[in-house]
Amino acid sequence: MFTPHSDADVAVMLKSIGVENVGELFKEIPARFRYPDLNLPPALTEMEAADDLDSIAASNGTTHDMLSFLGAGAYDHYIPAAVDMILRRGEFYTAYTPYQPEISQGTLQAIFEYQSLISNLTGMDVTNASHYDGATAAAEAAILSWHHFKGKRKKVLLSRAVNPQYRQVIRTYLQATEGLRIEGDDQETGLDADLKRLIAQIDNNTALVVVQYPDFFGRIIDYKPLIEAAHAEGALVAVAVNPTALGLLTPPGDLGADIVVGEGQPLGIPLSYGGPYLGLFSVKEPLLRKLSGRLVGETTDVEGKLAYVLTLTAREQHIRREKASSNICSNQGLMTLASAVYLTLLGKQGFRQVANLCYQKAHYAAHVLASLPGFDQVFSETPFFHEFVLRPSQPLDEVLSHLREHDILGGYDLGQDYPELQGCLLMAVTEKMRKTDIDFTREVLMEVENA
Amino acid sequence: MLFPEGLKYQKTDEWVKVEDGIATIGVSDYAQDSLSDVVYVEFAVDPNDDVKAGDNLATIESVKAAAEVLFPVSGTVLEVNQAVSDAPESINKSPYEAGWLVKVKLSNPAELDNLMDAQAYQAYCQER
Repeated sequence: MFTPHSDADVAVMLKSIGVENVGELFKEIPARFRYPDLNLPPALTEMEAADDLDSIAASNGTTHDMLSFLGAGAYDHYIPAAVDMILRRGEFYTAYTPYQPEISQGTLQAIFEYQSLISNLTGMDVTNASHYDGATAAAEAAILSWHHFKGKRKKVLLSRAVNPQYRQVIRTYLQATEGLRIEGDDQETGLDADLKRLIAQIDNNTALVVVQYPDFFGRIIDYKPLIEAAHAEGALVAVAVNPTALGLLTPPGDLGADIVVGEGQPLGIPLSYGGPYLGLFSVKEPLLRKLSGRLVGETTDVEGKLAYVLTLTAREQHIRREKASSNICSNQGLMTLASAVYLTLLGKQGFRQVANLCYQKAHYAAHVLASLPGFDQVFSETPFFHEFVLRPSQPLDEVLSHLREHDILGGYDLGQDYPELQGCLLMAVTEKMRKTDIDFTREVLMEVENA
Repeated sequence: MLFPEGLKYQKTDEWVKVEDGIATIGVSDYAQDSLSDVVYVEFAVDPNDDVKAGDNLATIESVKAAAEVLFPVSGTVLEVNQAVSDAPESINKSPYEAGWLVKVKLSNPAELDNLMDAQAYQAYCQER
């Protein structure tokens, strides 16, 4: 064990505070809790312990040895090996924010490139670095809108087709914001692709409307009418994106979005049982000053050489203390780097190709599976990206457990969030899914119907 | 450092100039000097807002710090100086003229008696 103090050091310190021995420092803790009997098995050698842990780990099912149609916000994409190689270089390998930023030129440059890439992808003017995940980024959008209108607009509208977890996190973040109402995602407003009933709720008391693109069900919806209706009332619109889809779709910035948030995980970050992920956050220029988190700028130093600086951290708690509009502090630096490396490695064409493969394979899967007797595609009249909803006539838990027996994770059970979609399955297909995998899944599902 | 006569000053470094029951409010020369280069002004109020003395008026961000500006008097906001939003440096260049922040119709002129005159404020600043 490493101990920084010699016995002589300890003796001096004890003497100066008037304590006999170290044990006396812990006398407030009842004696029976001080050295509890931990009832541990006998000690193992390192080799034995590694064996033990391996066998425990081997009982996990992973996307390496199973077919996974699970998506619903986190997606299993192929990650080029170089992403990890660059990430793990000693110069980069910290998740911490540069507190003496200007000596970390490499880190600042990586963040600057990340900001530029995401701004390009979303069609927005400026991107911060960064938030924890898509859900917390969405919550920050609501906080931004509240401050933007100085608390005078009391309503935030959420589309019901926004990821249910995002909506929960938004409510958690804003539960103590007095006077603010979060509405629009009730069952009555519904899930119609035309959004008419949501649009009807936009008024001059609305600070923000949050929609998702593609939405939670994978649907591609033209948000232009909604954005125009919101702007007509002076409200802001935040679009939560899946960045992969933006390889194909019109960027939300071009549709008029004021804020774009999103889950950056699909950009070269492994599923990792839910984190660490990456919250994307971009705005149009008029909201630049309202942006939380960090913003790196490019400039020249006194010798005229290219240099990077932390241009803006004004919303931050370490500058504005308790008046900060956001307490985001960790900048998920390693995750921003992963996504910047991923996007750079793939390049414009490669990224588009990934998006296109996701799109095509998902459409093949939807076609093949929905044409099975006893299976219907829900929302089939609306265009979709790489996720779709399947309704089996058999009970969903039976379908899922049958798939599981064949090492297939069938997807996300929508009944847990949407009573009207009881028994429906949300299935995601990425570029990793082979045609043979989809055909195999079809055969397995055919057995369910025949059983 | 300038401490113009005829203005009233608050301990948190705001000044008030009253003409016909209308108060013009800004931050003092001392305040802009301590803040150094002002880069951003964010108003906490809009015209027609009813405000009380002590309410948040604006946040001024400089290259060094972010400072809250507080209303020295109560009333109704008549006008917000959007020109300083576009040119925040006018607070440094001209804190008592071009750098004014808001105009307020006073609801309780007696509050002016709680504020310092130029002499008292200058003495107060010298002690800090």
